[in-house]
Amino acid sequence: MTDDHVYLTLAESDHEAEARWAYGTGFADPLLGVDTALAPDVDGADLSLYCQMLGDDALILAQRLIEWCTRAPELEEEVALANLGLDLLGQARLLLSRAGQADGTGRSEDDFAYWRAEHEFRNVRMVEAENGDFAFSVARLLLFATARGALFELLADAPDPVLRAVAVRGAKELAYHREYATAWTLRLGDGTAYSATRMQAGLDAVWPLLEELFTPHAVELRLGLDPAVLREPVLAALAEVVTAARLTVPTALPLARVGGRAGRDGVHTEALGLLLAEFQSVAREHPGATW
Amino acid sequence: MVITRPAPAEVAATVVDPELPMLTLAELGVLAGVEQQGEAVTVWLTPTYSGCPAVAEMAADVDARLRKAGYVDVSVRLRLDPPWSTDLITAEGRRKLAEAGIAPPAAEHGLLRLGPTRLSVACPQCGSTDTEELSRFGSTACKALWRCRACREPFERMKEI
Repeated sequence: MTDDHVYLTLAESDHEAEARWAYGTGFADPLLGVDTALAPDVDGADLSLYCQMLGDDALILAQRLIEWCTRAPELEEEVALANLGLDLLGQARLLLSRAGQADGTGRSEDDFAYWRAEHEFRNVRMVEAENGDFAFSVARLLLFATARGALFELLADAPDPVLRAVAVRGAKELAYHREYATAWTLRLGDGTAYSATRMQAGLDAVWPLLEELFTPHAVELRLGLDPAVLREPVLAALAEVVTAARLTVPTALPLARVGGRAGRDGVHTEALGLLLAEFQSVAREHPGATW
Repeated sequence: MVITRPAPAEVAATVVDPELPMLTLAELGVLAGVEQQGEAVTVWLTPTYSGCPAVAEMAADVDARLRKAGYVDVSVRLRLDPPWSTDLITAEGRRKLAEAGIAPPAAEHGLLRLGPTRLSVACPQCGSTDTEELSRFGSTACKALWRCRACREPFERMKEI
């Protein structure tokens, strides 16, 4: 009764002889007991794909962020980047769990993360790009967190209760992400000539990947969630930061689509395959492993 | 025979947070509700951050406490809406955080701004407000790392969300 040791308590709660307590247990279900009925006018397959789009964006960028562990310029930044990745991983878990409910397949978050092939991932190409230097990672985070934060504010009125809940919680987290990226953009851009050059190069390199976040997919349009409405406010917010950092707003053209298709259609750059090969290796080497 | 056992709400209110063990889930504002219908007890928890890894442990802990107290039909469910906020931490919770050396979050906070924010945070060791933020991100998702310029001690601070 007074035993406050978490792991002992977990062992004692093992009343259904469940051998695992981490991934794969009922308690780890990020939507445990949440009312998951679909709204009557929402198509389950569309909602599932939409949740995969937003879930995959978060999952893949979380993976890129944790790649900074042991490589960041300072310990504090390493902790910060891992924290940002953890927030995104949490958003991904909720969204991918919702995806499996919405389409009626009952697939779990792990099924989506570890057992889909590259062409089934629906993330934008921005999040899969290799980390590059710290400036590129900061620039990507600035663009991504600003756009996703604006989207999540819109999703507070989304036609699905789980999506709404994820968005309301996530918007606050993304405000911290944007603030982190903003602080570094200002510091590097308005720092030395050398740091400004590197920061400008980071912005220039990531800018062509921004447009994809505003390009509507048929699924988004059917759900009434056209991301094109984000373009103007997001570009204005980004221009404010870039200008304050004494840098130049890039004018690079968007990265070309492939036959009209891009990340939201499952068409990716080479970087995603390499990321997935590492990310999925343990789950595929030891299917159903428990520990 | 009369079986006496504490009410389920009382039992659930004693469970502590795994990462901030000086606080109960009730003081942290994570305990969103306890319902009893006949023998069936349902406890609602609201996770703090989307990626908070402590949720599974909180749920297991609540479940175990209630079973030990004699309840057999227990279900722990998550409530995502409305989301958790540091505004839900009780006054007692804030006092206990400060006592444990963690500066509590501001009681009311506005929207985050673009530029660097200026906060007046009192050192939980000496009370001085001559403090500075070392990193917005600390040992857990909910905390930032600060330092007191007066007594030179580093300390953690729970950040507003």
